[in-house]
Amino acid sequence: MDLAFTPEEQKFADEVRAFVRANLPADVRDKVKNGKHLIRDDYMRWQQALGKKGWLVYTWPKKHGGPGFTPAERYIFENICAEEYAPGIIPFGTKMVGPVIYTFGTDEQKAKYLPSIRESTVWWCQGYSEPGSGSDLASLRTKAEKQGDHYIVNGSKTWNTMGHWADWIFCLVRTDSKAKPQEGISFLLIDMKTPGITVKPIIMADGGHEVNEVFFDNVKVPVANLVGKENEGWTCAKFLLANERLGIAAVPQSKRGVAALKDIARAEQENGKPLIENQSFAEKIADLEIQVTALEFTELRVLSQMAHGGQPGPEVSGLKIRGSEIQQRITELTMEAVGEYSAPYLPGLLWQGTNEAPVGPDYAHLAAPRYFNTRKTTIYGGSNEIQKGIISKMVLGL
Amino acid sequence: MDLSLSDEQKQLQEAAERFVRDKYTFENRRKIAASERGWLPENWAQFAELGWLGMAFSEEDGGYGGGPIETMIVMEQFGKGLVLEPFLPTVVLGGGMIASAGSKAQKEALLAPMIEGKKQFAFAWLERQSRYNLADVSLKATKEGAGWSLSGHKGVVYNAPSADHIIVLARTAGSAREPKGLTLFIVDAKAKGISRRDYPTQDALRASELTFDKVSVGADAVLGKVDDAFPVVEGAVDRAIVALCAEATGCMDAINAATLEYIKTRKQFGVPIGKFQVLQHRMVDCFTNAQEARSMTLMASLKIDDKDPTVRAKAASGAKVQIGKSGKFCGQSAVQMHGGMGVTDELSVSHYFKRLTMIDLMFGNQQHHLTRYSNLAMAA
Repeated sequence: MDLAFTPEEQKFADEVRAFVRANLPADVRDKVKNGKHLIRDDYMRWQQALGKKGWLVYTWPKKHGGPGFTPAERYIFENICAEEYAPGIIPFGTKMVGPVIYTFGTDEQKAKYLPSIRESTVWWCQGYSEPGSGSDLASLRTKAEKQGDHYIVNGSKTWNTMGHWADWIFCLVRTDSKAKPQEGISFLLIDMKTPGITVKPIIMADGGHEVNEVFFDNVKVPVANLVGKENEGWTCAKFLLANERLGIAAVPQSKRGVAALKDIARAEQENGKPLIENQSFAEKIADLEIQVTALEFTELRVLSQMAHGGQPGPEVSGLKIRGSEIQQRITELTMEAVGEYSAPYLPGLLWQGTNEAPVGPDYAHLAAPRYFNTRKTTIYGGSNEIQKGIISKMVLGL
Repeated sequence: MDLSLSDEQKQLQEAAERFVRDKYTFENRRKIAASERGWLPENWAQFAELGWLGMAFSEEDGGYGGGPIETMIVMEQFGKGLVLEPFLPTVVLGGGMIASAGSKAQKEALLAPMIEGKKQFAFAWLERQSRYNLADVSLKATKEGAGWSLSGHKGVVYNAPSADHIIVLARTAGSAREPKGLTLFIVDAKAKGISRRDYPTQDALRASELTFDKVSVGADAVLGKVDDAFPVVEGAVDRAIVALCAEATGCMDAINAATLEYIKTRKQFGVPIGKFQVLQHRMVDCFTNAQEARSMTLMASLKIDDKDPTVRAKAASGAKVQIGKSGKFCGQSAVQMHGGMGVTDELSVSHYFKRLTMIDLMFGNQQHHLTRYSNLAMAA
């Protein structure tokens, strides 16, 4: 057991840092550093640079065109990207549907879909939740009826992240309404340009648009777009959710968040002194940093286990629980540090990136919207109540 | 001892409830928030007509002889409806300071028309560096002939875009953060030398950044005594805190009611999600938190006019700590129990959550008041 990087790992770290510095567009880096909202093209430019290097799908094994990173390399890669203010990689293609396709898909499907995911030339989005099916995902009702060599899809999906930018959507659909809820579900790939698909924005509490409702009205989908067997989509769904929960802990982002919080607490004044000298506040940051460290080492333990051939099990749910709580706590303390200057709401600056000057320091107007928005982290990807249910049942046997 | 409302107070409560029910449906509020002023003159006129603008002032000052309990009753209902009219800056803060420190002439010129609904105020105290220290003021007022000249910056001044007069806390003597040497000035909002940057706030109110560039005022603009404004400001802010606490209890009642209704009706796994024990217990904690908030608000409303400033300050800080804690718990829990819907703009729950969040940040957050309370309580 050794915590220190080997010389090879150190060399790899240097290589990653050099690559990010040379290839991350400066304007994108600045946006991430200053907490600005990114547009589709910002993500694409960075992801395509990673794609060229072969690192975009950094969690994929070599045989599917990934770099086959060791757990240590993966950890190094994620951390350095975050430290250098690279945008988070959009997970829908790379971490969600990609692994489903190379695990459950046909050779034709692999050949058709995987290259464009590796190169980030196609933007994927997710069609899981429905208005009536949130935590209870298996109750979903969007149905796909087979007619010849097509499915006809009708229904709606919600909490569809960035679907307004997407080229393709992967969906869970009901193909057998008589079977038990989990047994009549199939996993379908649908081109967003297919007639009958409507994307309707959902405006969030912070005033932003990142999620949508997607409506399907007699949408014709080739049977060839079915991944895995008909009515066995739940297997794909569970596989995907386990992968989703791994990255969802967002440890590198939280480390960056704690560092940014410290900077803000140094810049903010209280009684003529930096706020960070307020013992009570400093201890709150310290407590947070300890939580991040515990999470980081839990994730490292999982990665190490995976390096020895293990698969992430239900205990990964614990990462999501703590990771999401930590993300929220960072935004909460950041807002606390900013104080009353959190109040100004500047939507132009926040969403359109207008040249309007901020009120107070640049970080101030972002603090409250971030806090409001980050409440989603304990809800999405299976709410924390659901995650705890999984752990109590699957791990503790209760 | 009797903690029940009098018949008049009950009538006031019913009238305020009726107002919110009739004028502040969620959709109506959305329209008011999007309107040019961000509040409705017809509602303000109704407040005047119903006597709410004068209820907490003595008859001597042209009011109707009520006090903090009347303010509490109305503010609580305002919290239930997320009312946007600038009652706090105009009546509680502006009116409150004029009543406690103003000259007879000032009361006649400003308080009487305010009670009639014809004048509005904003209180400019915060500066970029102030955080929650009311004495951390550097905007300077210097003698200029018989009057004064004001120069400096004020931030997050609620209701400044609509106010007729800005009540400005300025430094006339002493060093930075010294409570002594502060003076209040009543300045015409349109005075030459004031520039304003207006913006909406996270919770749909309106506020401004104000820059004062050699703004000249007469000697009669001084509110209270020169160099001795701090006790007036501290008292007014403590009263405003208690009013905010009442508003927060209204928000909590509303958000808890919405959440309870939601978990009774939203079905997952074939049952209403309120059947799950984890949500039941959380809902019970929300309910208990709101009760504690209500109790502390009542306590503070009863003690806020105490002659002993320590009793008053402890009451206000204690209530503010409780409101910060309870408001956060109820707000965050409501969002969580509503799931994805809780983080959308579409339901009222996120709007209550935002208001509760901003109330915690106003005039000192939970941590600030815990420290203040602790200093007061341990000294005794």
